[in-house]
Amino acid sequence: MTLEQLPVGHKARIASLEGDESLRARMFALGLRTGREVAVIRRARLGGPLQIRIGSTDLMLRRTEARLIRLEEQSPATIRTASSAG
Amino acid sequence: MKRIALLGMPNTGKSTFFNRLTGSVARVGNWPGITVDLLDARILLGAQMVEVVDLPGIYNLHGYSEDEQVVRHFLEHNPVNLLCVVANAAQLDRQLSLVLQLKELGLPMVLLLNMMDEAKRLGINVEQEKLEKALGVPVIPLSAKNGQGFPWAKSMLEKSLQGTEARTADPANFAHDDALEHALEKLVNDTVHTPIQLTPTLTCRIDRTLLHPWLGLPLFLLSMYLLFEAVYTVGTPLQDGVEWLLGLAKQQLVEPVLAGASPVLKSFLLEGVYNGVGTVLSFLPIIVLFFLFMGVVEDSGYLSRAAFLMDAFMARLGLDGRSFVMQLMGFGCNVPALMGTRVMRSRGLRLLTMLIIPFSLCSARLQVFVFLTTAVFSPRTSPFVLFSLYVMSFFAAFLTALLYRRRLPNSEPLLLELPPYRLPTPRQMMHRGWHEATHFVRDAGGFILLGVVAVWFLTHYPFNVTPAGVDTLAGQIAGWMSPVFAPLGIDNLMSIALLFGFVAKEVVVGALAVIYGTSEGALAGIIATHLSWIEAYSFMLFVLIYTPCLSTIAVLKQESKSWLFTTLAVVWPLTLAWLVSFIFYQVATRLSA
Repeated sequence: MTLEQLPVGHKARIASLEGDESLRARMFALGLRTGREVAVIRRARLGGPLQIRIGSTDLMLRRTEARLIRLEEQSPATIRTASSAG
Repeated sequence: MKRIALLGMPNTGKSTFFNRLTGSVARVGNWPGITVDLLDARILLGAQMVEVVDLPGIYNLHGYSEDEQVVRHFLEHNPVNLLCVVANAAQLDRQLSLVLQLKELGLPMVLLLNMMDEAKRLGINVEQEKLEKALGVPVIPLSAKNGQGFPWAKSMLEKSLQGTEARTADPANFAHDDALEHALEKLVNDTVHTPIQLTPTLTCRIDRTLLHPWLGLPLFLLSMYLLFEAVYTVGTPLQDGVEWLLGLAKQQLVEPVLAGASPVLKSFLLEGVYNGVGTVLSFLPIIVLFFLFMGVVEDSGYLSRAAFLMDAFMARLGLDGRSFVMQLMGFGCNVPALMGTRVMRSRGLRLLTMLIIPFSLCSARLQVFVFLTTAVFSPRTSPFVLFSLYVMSFFAAFLTALLYRRRLPNSEPLLLELPPYRLPTPRQMMHRGWHEATHFVRDAGGFILLGVVAVWFLTHYPFNVTPAGVDTLAGQIAGWMSPVFAPLGIDNLMSIALLFGFVAKEVVVGALAVIYGTSEGALAGIIATHLSWIEAYSFMLFVLIYTPCLSTIAVLKQESKSWLFTTLAVVWPLTLAWLVSFIFYQVATRLSA
């Protein structure tokens, strides 16, 4: 599963990052690292970007970039984040 | 002289700290091999003069973005005594990675934990002494915006400079270090304590409204409209005031002084030089205000939200959400909108955005259109005609983006921070306005003055004929150009006005008055008898799309630092203007015949 497929309001751990080195370095610098928990806060309409949260940082990224972030498979009982918004 | 390099990630308040540290003495320095503007300032720190250089904000020392390369190049080639690193205390979990990378360079370092107030509000607790010990460098908590901790930071910089020798960084130390990730994890766990689940903060609540799937965009457009209104409600009287003062000074001071001068010299100084200076100065209030208000929007964190809302559409044009924001800004005045593109990191994206901004129907062009539509069209059709010009403005911009998106590829993956909403302080706003104003006068001012003088010469030489008439150089050029403009329904007299419009669109109406040898008041009636509606609309289409004013060209050059791009940004709109007017005029005359 990739970050792009994660439903709004859910969170999961990052399993791996794909993409070229400079993009990975940038993701790393923004806090997108293997093992960290990431939550999807909202999606823009018409295939627009995602708003995600890692720790106390909110980021926006396009779906193309979200597809490069693989998530750890998790138990069906996914936790809804308290601060999520529709 | 000892040198301090100021470093940090974007959005850490690094520039705010720089401004507070250096006051308003900063200037754009020249550094060999570096093409972006770096601010530096010489300040008295303790008993010695110290040079402080504000390096671009970077996420990563190993990255390949332009900014990251600039920082590496700077540190490799310019000896530095001390690194002053600014980090956002609320986001230390990721900001410390840059600190660790910079530490590898082996240069003396001071770490400033900025935005401590915000971190505390979020319930984040940083163990400063433990962090100091773990890193082996002085760590100072700070709020650069309010000035808390500032004197401490300043004296620590002074202390840390003692006995240092300026050194360049060894390129070998820029190499990747995988061990850092592990060190970072441990460091963050030991020293930074974040609440496990952050309570929904105010930012979250505001976001719920401003990023609402249906309300978000209308709300954004409304706030842009209000900002725009504010700039012009306050700015236009100021602009009029500046013009009034200039007129008064001309009447009371300059004209009496020049009473004895020859007519040619007098005309040169008054209509050439003085009007040129006037053009520059009358732009100033709008520029200062625009940056004051834009500063508020930018610092508040709303711009990145607007980017979020508009990105889906703009991405299809090879642009991103921020380009749309700047395009809207251009409807006020193209000049500050072009300067606003500095937030973009990818050069292709920035240039493409700079290429579409000049199509935005600015307030100066609006004056021409309001004048001509009321002169030629009935009150019932006038609003529709004006609206159609706004539609054309967007059409020209989006068409241009579609045509050039491959040549100016946007290599920037959109990965932006959505920072918490912040309130700016008055001090920060004033500083910003002042800096942009001086920047504009210094860099674009000379160019505009030169252009005005050149147009004065064209429309006044030879000196013994009627100014702006067909016998002047401008008239002759218009004669040569007539094969080009005749198919558009634009006659020689009108094309002289286009030449004036090259300097500033505000001049076009005045120029028409000079050309038709009448007052501005009586001009409307004369125009109505001279021009058919098709000719008038064709002329307006050309005015809308062709070469933006000289100030815009000056800023295009200043910001792109490329003559090639500046030439493209002049030639392409001219070509498009000609094509659009041509198609319109030919089709319309045939249909109405």
